[in-house]
Formats: sequence, structure tokens, C-alpha cells
Amino acid sequence: MAKPEKLIENGIRLDGRRPDELRPIKIKVGVLNRADGSCYFEFGLNKVIAAVYGPREVHPRHMQKSNSAVVRYKYNMASFSVEDRKRPGPDRRSIEVSKVSREALEPVIFQEYFPRSAIDIFVEVLQADAGTRTAGINAASLALADAGIPMKSLVSACAVGKVDDTLVLDLNKDEDNYGQADMPVAMTPDGKITLLQMDGHLSGDEFKEGLEMAKKGCLEIAQLQRAALLEKYATRMDGESNE
Amino acid sequence: MSELKKDLIYNLMIKGEREDGRRFDEYRDIKIETNVIEKAEGSARVQLGDTHLVVGVKIQTGTPFPDTPDKGVIMTNLELLPLASPMFESGPPREDAVELARVVDRGIRESESIDLSKLCITPGEKVWMVFIDVHVLDDGGNIMDAASLGAIAALMTAKLPASRFDLGDDTPVPMRDVPVAVTAVEIGGTIMLDPSMNEQRIAGTKLTVISNQDGGISGMQKSGVNPLTTEQINYIVDAAIEKAKEIREKFLEI
Repeated sequence: MAKPEKLIENGIRLDGRRPDELRPIKIKVGVLNRADGSCYFEFGLNKVIAAVYGPREVHPRHMQKSNSAVVRYKYNMASFSVEDRKRPGPDRRSIEVSKVSREALEPVIFQEYFPRSAIDIFVEVLQADAGTRTAGINAASLALADAGIPMKSLVSACAVGKVDDTLVLDLNKDEDNYGQADMPVAMTPDGKITLLQMDGHLSGDEFKEGLEMAKKGCLEIAQLQRAALLEKYATRMDGESNE
Repeated sequence: MSELKKDLIYNLMIKGEREDGRRFDEYRDIKIETNVIEKAEGSARVQLGDTHLVVGVKIQTGTPFPDTPDKGVIMTNLELLPLASPMFESGPPREDAVELARVVDRGIRESESIDLSKLCITPGEKVWMVFIDVHVLDDGGNIMDAASLGAIAALMTAKLPASRFDLGDDTPVPMRDVPVAVTAVEIGGTIMLDPSMNEQRIAGTKLTVISNQDGGISGMQKSGVNPLTTEQINYIVDAAIEKAKEIREKFLEI
């Protein structure tokens, strides 16, 4: 697609959203049989699936820590997930995304409960449309909960960007490509920022306003994440409380 | 790292002091020397306290990416050489090195400090490709800011080697902005700029803010496990923009 003349017209974005509106989100917890925990997450046209294995033995052995679990996060994009076929396998971008995503989740995991073990998180991007790292973190956070890993809280993530000199929540692909800034943020429900990246052009004030906007978006997503977990586990918990 | 050392740094911090006597917002001494590698089109040696690195810029012709046929190409690579620290091993770059390289790259690219359209020779066929390679020789902490300083200093002195490719006279790399990275850590609620090796290890999390001549932000990266609060982040952003101005005026006057 060539650059559209305007990305926002009369306060409405090309896909019909208001500046502070998220794309439609669809969440399903527990979608894989073999994994200890899993989650499918749709964020607009992004489709990602996360699986968690563990706590389990660490291979290779030398990676194990004697006083806590190691958390590993592998973000991978399917070759068919983007317009021009992506060469399969890890590239520099996916190495960086894996690192910052892992660091976004580590603060909420009680790693010290599982010395000498590994908690492996695998995120597979089936379709990408700007915002795959945030979709992956949202999915992984639920997959961890689904695997029964003790956590302090969930983690929610979304991006804020600037297009046509306006701050907007949750960029889509065109807004990402032709916009002026992109800033993915992840946070816990009590407002601790666990991921923060930015590229593009923002003034100091725009940044601060953007961060507040991202926080609101994250809280909205946290509600949906909670609802998705309840959808899977609420009935069973009701049954147990009937004794 | 020893518990004694941790205690020392923590206790000093409570008294408002740092291990090496700096103020919390004070950088270590910066030394930048350019044109240190004759065979490179641009180069810089940077010393930030006891962190020491060399940046070399190599420039050659190549084909542009299909989606940007009229723009040159920049590529940034960073090597954490095993001679720089007992923690580094040889082999392909690991995630730390990849992250550092990509943040340096983002600063240069997103600030549009290089006018990529002026690197086009024949649209769709031939453009200048600028390779920025950072070699870390001694890790004394805060490689991020040192690498970013080195990259921009090397680029500001780099020449397009047109005569070598029969394309006329050599010309300077078309520069438009001077992005400066400023990294901060938080230890026990206190924000410190330009973390030393020990401070960096205790903090666990650092935040890098890259800002431009107009005071705008062109890149940011939180790196490390501990979360930060909004107040801490906003404080760092303001401090980083101020400090970047100071560093730019002092060391990177065009």
C-alpha cells in the first residue's frame, strides 16, 4: 500500500477507530494439548499463539541456576505471517524481541520457587500486522497462568504511536509504516512498567502523554485477559466451592 | 558480584554518593578521538570512564532494498569481544550484543541523522551502504552510551569514498542531526546516569533515551528485568534530554 494522504480524518483513523481505541481482541486460553499452558491471542489482524512448558529440567544443563528457575522466551514469526515471505529462523529482530519480552514477564514470575528448572515460553506469530511483540506478551502471560506457574500478576502490553501529529493507541500496519513514532509498553495491573521501547519522533511531553495512553490500553487488555482466564477456569472453581 | 560491594554501593547511595565520587547525574570523563583507523571511511575511539571501544564505518556501493529503491542502507553491528570482559565469549553475537547494536542503529536511523536519500547513486540499482561496526575493547559499564557516541562521532567524520568507485570526489556523509543516548539506572529509588559496571549489575534494569538536537526523543529502550514506575521513567526522560544537550555541545559540535 502506498502512503495514504491522511491517516486520520475528522478524528477517525483509516480502520474506523478513534485515536484511543484498541483493535478488536480475541483470546482463548488452553488451546494446545501437549503444552503445560497455552493461549491464542488475536489483536486486530495479528494472530499469535503462545505455549509454556515447565517448570522442567534445564537443557543444556549449564544454563540452570541453583537458586531460581531460568525463564526462556522464543519469539518466532511464521514465514507466511507477512506480505513478503520471511526467511524462517531467528534473525536479529526476533532475538531482541525475545529478550525484551522475556524481561517484560520475568518480574511477575516467582522464579525462586523452582530452582534448577526451566520455564520455556514459545510464541509463534501466525499473522503479523504491527504489534506482534505486545500480542505475544499478552498471550504468553495467559499461557503462564494456564500452566499454573505462580505469578504476582498478569502482564498486559500494547503500543502507542504518533500518526499525522496525533498520538494513537495500538498502531496497525499502515500506521506503523507511515507513522512518526511507535512505542510498545508492557505493564502490570498496578502500573509497573516492564517493557518500554520507542522509535520515531516524540517530544518529552508527547512521550508522557503517550505513556499514560498506553497504560489505559494495558488496563483494558488486562480486563479481557482476566475474563479469558475466568472463561476457562470459573466453572471448575465454582464446582469445587460447592462441597 | 560480592554482597559487600553491593552493600557499599547501596550505603553510599543513601548518603547521596557514588562509588567513584560522582553526582547521580554526572557522567564519567568522555574522550572521543576520531579518524583513528585510516582504512575505514570513518572511525572513532571512545573512552567513557574505563569503558573503551572503537567504532569503524565502512562504506561501499550496493543494491538498495526493493521497498526503498532511492535510499541508501545503514547497518549496525556490535561485537562484545572476549578481550573486553571475562563475561564475554567468542562466537556469533548474543542477545545483549544484538540489543545494543539495534538500539544504536535505531538512534541513528530514527533521528534521520543521515539523509538516506542523498546516499542514492542510481535509483533501484546502486546506493551507498554504510556499515557501522562497534568493537567493545574494555567493558567498564554503559557500553550503550559509549557505542552511540562512537557511532555518531565516526559518522560525522566519515567520507563517501566516491573516488574509489569512479563516482567523482569523496564527500562527507550527509548528516542532519546528532542523536545522543543517555542511559540511567534505578537503585533503591535513586536514579543514576551513566552507570558504572557495578551500578549496572546491582540495578538490573537500565533505561536508554536517545534524543536529538531539537530535544525530541528518537529512541528508547528499557533493558533488564526490574520494572520501573511512570514517575521514574518521566524523570529519566527529562534528565536524559538535558544531559544529551550538554554532551552534544561539549563533544559533538559539527
